[in-house]
Amino acid sequence: MTRDVTAYLDHAATTPMLPAAVDALTSELARTGNPSSLHASGRAARRVVEESRESLAAALGARPSDVLWTSGGTEADNLAVKGLFWARRREDADRRRILVSAVEHHAVLDPAFWMAEHAGAELVLLPVDRDGVLEVEALREELEAHGDQAALLSVMWANNEVGALQPLDAVVSLARRFGVPVHADAVQAVGQVPVDFAASGLDALTVSGHKVGGPGGTGALIARRGLELMPVQHGGGQERGVRSGTLDAALLASFAAAVDQAVATRDVTAPRVAALRDQLVAGVLEVAPDAVLRGPADTARRLPFNAHFTFPGCEGDSLLYLLDSAGVEASTGSACQAGVPRPSHVLLAMGVDEHDARGALRFSLGHTSSADDVAALLEALPAVVDRARAAGLAAVR
Amino acid sequence: MRVLAALSGGVDSAVAAARAVDAGHDVVGVHMALSRTRDQFRTGSRGCCSIEDAGDARRAADVLGIPYYVWDLSEQFEQTVVADFLAEYEAGRTPNPCVRCNEHIKFAALLDKAVALGFDAVCTGHYARVVVQADGARELHRALDEAKDQSYVLAVMGPERLARSMFPLGDVASKDETRAEAAARGLSVSAKPDSYDICFVADGDTQGFLRARLGSRPGEVVDTAGEVVGEHDGAYAYTVGQRRGLALGRPAADGKPRYVLSIEPVNNRVVVGSADELLVDVVTADRAVWFSAPGEDFDCEVQVRAHGVPVAARARVVGGVVEVTLVDGLRGVAPGQSLVLYAGSRVLGQATVTASSRARAAAR
Repeated sequence: MTRDVTAYLDHAATTPMLPAAVDALTSELARTGNPSSLHASGRAARRVVEESRESLAAALGARPSDVLWTSGGTEADNLAVKGLFWARRREDADRRRILVSAVEHHAVLDPAFWMAEHAGAELVLLPVDRDGVLEVEALREELEAHGDQAALLSVMWANNEVGALQPLDAVVSLARRFGVPVHADAVQAVGQVPVDFAASGLDALTVSGHKVGGPGGTGALIARRGLELMPVQHGGGQERGVRSGTLDAALLASFAAAVDQAVATRDVTAPRVAALRDQLVAGVLEVAPDAVLRGPADTARRLPFNAHFTFPGCEGDSLLYLLDSAGVEASTGSACQAGVPRPSHVLLAMGVDEHDARGALRFSLGHTSSADDVAALLEALPAVVDRARAAGLAAVR
Repeated sequence: MRVLAALSGGVDSAVAAARAVDAGHDVVGVHMALSRTRDQFRTGSRGCCSIEDAGDARRAADVLGIPYYVWDLSEQFEQTVVADFLAEYEAGRTPNPCVRCNEHIKFAALLDKAVALGFDAVCTGHYARVVVQADGARELHRALDEAKDQSYVLAVMGPERLARSMFPLGDVASKDETRAEAAARGLSVSAKPDSYDICFVADGDTQGFLRARLGSRPGEVVDTAGEVVGEHDGAYAYTVGQRRGLALGRPAADGKPRYVLSIEPVNNRVVVGSADELLVDVVTADRAVWFSAPGEDFDCEVQVRAHGVPVAARARVVGGVVEVTLVDGLRGVAPGQSLVLYAGSRVLGQATVTASSRARAAAR
């Protein structure tokens, strides 16, 4: 039973490829040559890889030598958490605390939990406020008490569920005082807000290809040259010996083209999409007055493409099914376990109770979003919420 | 019709959903997540709720071209089915968790939610038939393949829920036919082993599960004369009719095997006796559910366990209580079991066994 999608409002999950990325991919795809080979074909492929590296670096305020290609955001986050921890601990055995915000993506949280369970790390979850923004004071207290034991600090640029921009300036300056390297997952931020690696003062930053209109299976860890990182994936010694594996010139060219276009057009795209998002938020609160906008109400403090609500008395999975039936594609925003929406760890960390957290829905817009998408959602939503609420009541009967 | 097809990840529910699609219904697949701590893979034939099963269900939905969702019913499942399972064993009764699941989850929580979301019916891979009479009355009947028949565990649903249920596999000739159909449809679960055990007892060790959840409660095993003949680690772990697992200190006087005759939860005793002493011919059951109003006194066949053989009986109905007198006796009738009454292939109703006794001297 196929039906035409009338509104795609899940760009934060993945977004359509940008034309420049499609062009780059298709023009490179048939080329033969391993970038590590020394012959002419290899050199040609290598040139594409290095030009892509220069392009990506330029778009993100980094130097080409800072760029470590990975298979995606998850691998880059794993490399940052594990690689930094092991490198720091080798230098100083006391540095075993991993500091992460409580609202990190699972690609950061889970490696951090894993390191605590298997690699002798101590995990410190840093609290956030009701808007999902890191409590800088809590970080200060942690560093003042245990700063000499901190191996690394990872705080995302912007939260993927509720869109909260994080106070990275304050985080970086605090961490610097205690000599703690800082990593930021900027997967959702690139293309939506200015991301300048050098200006940020960060030591490492994660970016993903498919979230910005590039191909899946691409990502990078921008890691300050000179930053000690233990490799997680061993092999042929590519990428400074930190991340082995044959590089795919076509994918990387496409990834770099996507980031370049997303960043270059951000001045036009972001305000346009932010205006749609504002219409969406106002419209949702009008047709479903008891819906609660989660994340900062001040739009300057949240991602321009993000809107997130909880609908009291509704289950997220009912809302998703009913919207899907009506041709509107959204997300609960949180990770699933085998497709089961769990109450989001982000909402719980923000102090939302488990019951309310079950009624969460994230609407995320992107470069192809239009007023029609918002209109389709607002048309479908009243009946969807009524029905989901009735089903929620049936469940507790 | 808008049909919600419950997809377990097994072959039956996948073929049932496929048949619902073929019948022209607007079908949506839903996998029920019934446990929060799920094993990654299932081992052998055990269980049905692993993440692998959820993946198989999703793949089946993909092949059928239907939407697929996972609904988390783990909380309701724990509060009704698992809690009832523990409470019943603790009270010395023998529950059937599949019956409770059909009563509280599949044809209650799932069905209610489906109806609230706009579905007309729930479709499952159970082997049973819904027969619609000329006057529109819907009857629940045994499956054509009596070896696979599951009408016993469905009898608890009653007529209102039956009206919103669909069992497309009721008329397949055998499980082999279902598997062949699955293979022909390109469903990768066609050769997946059947699940027989209780899904939340992952390793099939019911006694171990009960001990882990209820704790060790040592007590005495006695014979019908009150003589202590052994010890046990918790009376709750025994079932009427059970022979194996009785670590008895000394053999019976007659040298014949002994069976559990009854559980006495209050004084934590297990009473054992001979096979002959296990025989009963009167069974009383309460909480009766009927598909249509029963007579006060009628002949029927009754079945007391899922894979049991139906036996001829005379039933008397007083309010919600049924008393059946068996033409021949039955062994191993335990309080807590479902008593299902049939007229030929048609399910009349079901009730929960409260007591059994022997009115006549042993026939044989």
